[in-house]
Amino acid sequence: MKVEQISIFLENKSGRIAEVTRILAEAGVNIRALSIADTSDFGILRLIVDDNQKAEVVLKKQNVTVGKTFVVAVEVEDKPGGLHRIMGILFKADLNVEYMYSFVKPNTTDAVMIFRFEQLDKAVKVLKENSVNVIDGDQVYKL
Amino acid sequence: MIFNIDYETMPREGLEAIQLRRLQATLERVYATVPFYQKKFEEAGIIPSDIESLQDLHKIPFTTKQDLRDNYPFGMFAVPMDNVVRIHASSGTTGQPTVVGYTARDIDTWARLMARSLAAGGATSGDIIHNAYGYGLFTGGLGVHYGAEKLGASIIPVSGGNTKRQIIIMKDFGPTILTATPSYTLHLAEVAEEMGVSFRDLKFKFGIFGAEPWSENMRQEIENKLRIIAVDIYGLSEVMGPGVAIECHEAKAGLHVFEDHFIPEIIDPETGEVLPYGENGELVFTSITKEAFPVIRYRTRDISTLSTEPCICGRTHVRMTRVSGRTDDMLIIRGVNVFPSQIESVLMQIDEVEPHYQLIVDRKDNLDTLSVLVEVGERLFSDEVKKLQDLEKRISKDIKEILGVSAAVKLVEPKTIARSQGKAVRVIDNRKL
Ligand SMILES: [Zn+2]
Repeated sequence: MKVEQISIFLENKSGRIAEVTRILAEAGVNIRALSIADTSDFGILRLIVDDNQKAEVVLKKQNVTVGKTFVVAVEVEDKPGGLHRIMGILFKADLNVEYMYSFVKPNTTDAVMIFRFEQLDKAVKVLKENSVNVIDGDQVYKL
Repeated sequence: MIFNIDYETMPREGLEAIQLRRLQATLERVYATVPFYQKKFEEAGIIPSDIESLQDLHKIPFTTKQDLRDNYPFGMFAVPMDNVVRIHASSGTTGQPTVVGYTARDIDTWARLMARSLAAGGATSGDIIHNAYGYGLFTGGLGVHYGAEKLGASIIPVSGGNTKRQIIIMKDFGPTILTATPSYTLHLAEVAEEMGVSFRDLKFKFGIFGAEPWSENMRQEIENKLRIIAVDIYGLSEVMGPGVAIECHEAKAGLHVFEDHFIPEIIDPETGEVLPYGENGELVFTSITKEAFPVIRYRTRDISTLSTEPCICGRTHVRMTRVSGRTDDMLIIRGVNVFPSQIESVLMQIDEVEPHYQLIVDRKDNLDTLSVLVEVGERLFSDEVKKLQDLEKRISKDIKEILGVSAAVKLVEPKTIARSQGKAVRVIDNRKL
């Protein structure tokens, strides 16, 4: 029920993100979701891709610092209060979200939320107990 | 192993008697043969016979790098060119190069001192030495080379550069001793890793590293990555080349200065006052056996401390602490004296940080600013912004606490700080003073 995410350290200078997407495109790696967290002098690019291993190898070859972490992907229905319900569940269970981002499921209007938890296993358990649709990694990579 | 047991373990009284006799002979000779020294002595109102004890050495004026430059190229030679068999020169990156010469006997003396050094660092006649110091005008390569031959070891004169080929040689020839600069050694470790070669499978036992300042933390990093015992070697071409002082692998606590050939002193770099053993200051050397290029009270600009505390290895020669910086590398930032090596020590206290850093000094609105660039390797990286920011803050705070100067820490991508094949560029000073 976990999804592997790769994260990349980038200095804040123009063209660095394009450089990373170019490396991945040339290797035939597809990006499923992407988010950037940045400060005044550096940024962290977080990616869900269809082939983590290949992505890691080609990026490292280009001297890019790559980290790997597990995150949770959750399906959010396209109706009012969809995300709010999930946040309520997490809050009640005292689960802290380190960061989150979303992408839209292809050919639908439903969103997929990516959550980064410190207590990942507990989060997955709580979400499932509350009938939230937690998507498996293999499914996300193929979306 | 001690290469020359009689001289290296001689009781200090005997050693000092030899020093005085050799010093007096050297002073007589330079006074008679080098116009520069004759003039200097006359200006100070002394003649060589005034020097009746080792303490009297203090009466003689210092020799500086500028003096050597002023006498470029051969003005300081004390023998006719006919007797000079080798010439070396220091790099001229910060001015005119300094040129040094050797007689056949000087070359032999140097080889013997390098043989002593290699032996102190763990080498024996049965070892294979991979010598990655540069061969050429620089004294490192040939210094180690002749010493290894004198010791009877097998030398691989691989010199610097062509790193991938070096790794292949290490794999195929099975060298047991590595001689290189510490920064190039870390570069070798990186390239080996990229090539999938593990030092676990190589035969290295000892490494003898020098030609640039390095820290205790860098030693640990090298020892862990290469699975060897790493010792520090010291020397400079103006005094002879590598082999002026060496750490014994038994104690790894300070470098024995070969006092039967050189007299070391520590002085206050500001006032020139001679400081007692145990105090930190600028190293000054007088050579007492060299023929072609003797130096009298030569100011090295290297910062160190001397100690006569007995050593477990049995050598009686005084020990100098590893060079902690250079008087001319010293940065004065908002009135605070900062040595790059101090910042390196702070960085290396933090587990995740690799020794790839650079200091940038600037002046904005008449205020000095110090930026410390630190490469983000895999061990340091986190997918959470807060963790990286906390690390930046921690480094800043440690630098402030230990050095008393504020620094802006900036994380940069790996391999963006220039890797040199030889000496590392650690400081960029953009101030126009
Ligand atoms: Zn010792």
